[in-house]
Amino acid sequence: MNYQPSDFLPIFVQLAAAMGFIVFTMIVTHILGPRRSTKLKDEAFECGIESQGDARTPISIKYFLVAILFVLFDIEIVFMYPWAVNFKQLSWTGFWEMAVFMGLLLAGFVYVIKKGILKWEK
Amino acid sequence: MEPTNTLFMAKAVIILVVFAITLGVAAYSTYFERKIAAFMQDRVGPDRAGPFGILQPLADAVKMFMKEDFIPSHANKWLFIMGPCLSMLTALMTSAVIPFGDTVTVAGVTFDLQGIDVNIGILWVFGIVSLGVYGILIGGWASNNKYALLGGIRAASQNISYELAMGLSIIAILMFSGSLSTKTIVEAQQNGHWNIFYQPLGFIIFIVCAFAECNRTPFDLPECETELIGGYHTEYSSMKLGFYLFAEYINMFISGAVMATLFFGGYDYPGYEFVANKLGETPAAFIGAGALIGKALFFVFVFMWVRWTLPRFRYDQLMNLGWTGLIPLSIYNVLVTGIGILSGQPIIAGIAGFVLLILGLIIYDQLTVKKKIA
Repeated sequence: MNYQPSDFLPIFVQLAAAMGFIVFTMIVTHILGPRRSTKLKDEAFECGIESQGDARTPISIKYFLVAILFVLFDIEIVFMYPWAVNFKQLSWTGFWEMAVFMGLLLAGFVYVIKKGILKWEK
Repeated sequence: MEPTNTLFMAKAVIILVVFAITLGVAAYSTYFERKIAAFMQDRVGPDRAGPFGILQPLADAVKMFMKEDFIPSHANKWLFIMGPCLSMLTALMTSAVIPFGDTVTVAGVTFDLQGIDVNIGILWVFGIVSLGVYGILIGGWASNNKYALLGGIRAASQNISYELAMGLSIIAILMFSGSLSTKTIVEAQQNGHWNIFYQPLGFIIFIVCAFAECNRTPFDLPECETELIGGYHTEYSSMKLGFYLFAEYINMFISGAVMATLFFGGYDYPGYEFVANKLGETPAAFIGAGALIGKALFFVFVFMWVRWTLPRFRYDQLMNLGWTGLIPLSIYNVLVTGIGILSGQPIIAGIAGFVLLILGLIIYDQLTVKKKIA
């Protein structure tokens, strides 16, 4: 099979259709709906009583750690894609090499878990 | 060049037809979700709009359009509008690479029933799906509401966590096909050699991740109403809310189609050869497209079935399952598959790996139970 960059061209039809649909719907819904704003209604709805401050506050650092670790592990996984595609040609040699790589990856993984990134209550 | 032009037109028509099918399926999923929920809870469900309530999605759409399009005064206005649009856009862009059928000849033009057949096929799906999280995160942040922010953050860290395991479970499939093209993956599974027989474990990992990626129960913590009001879409109303909900249903259908493509032979069905010999290639391919959509709809049903069966996870349980459960499991799956392919017995290795895993889990369970009692 011979792949060409022009294979991607029809995607623009899809992009145009999706964009058209979204823009059309957004404009229509802005025009059709009524608009009655009061001061109280425009406040953020949190629990019915007056809300304290706004949502631009610090959040738990665990979420940030998860995001950092995702980037780390996702890059490692990206390395496996070309290996998987050429797996049959690489045969046993490639398999053992990847097993070592995965072993190292898992060692780091165990370290991270032991370090307690998933201990949410702390 | 004339032939290239006609081919482009044919592809454009396919894309638009698939686009229309996706929107139609998503609209009617809302109806069937309510009907199935009603059936499971021994109720009637929607039955007022048209016979059996089949006009309900239309009525819902009209209602959504006529509602006030509310933007809170403290929200970042443009980001607030962009959130649902981005969600919807990413949901609508993935269907292009799914092979709906084999080669057909219509009006003298021969083409594949697939939007684009590119050598990165499955990576396209992953790339677009992982952009989908921005829609939710931007929406949740722009609302300037603490609950919406929490919902958005939860959605982001849940989606990225399950993306890892999902990416790993695909690797075993790629080792069989030796290509990233969805078309090649499907062709490798023709005549009943469906990947599900070789990859039972991979499929289980994938479907769990698909639930988490679509934010469906039991993983719908971003919109967990008992804790977060409505989660990331608390402040949304009108068609903006509609976009978030609609994008979820589109994602369900697309992920069903992806699962059918990767694990259930795509457009393959029993007796494909026979039909192709009797009626010709083109009708057989169209029936195949029907088979693929049927499989995808079955998965949509599974999504709903699970929603009305299982309760919601707690957030730490969810993250634990994703990180300490599914990631090691999928690495195990890749290794077992590798040994299976290289020793020439992929099916035995697949099943043996699965049985070993179950045995291991039972033994582990027994040991820990005794420890807990003692």
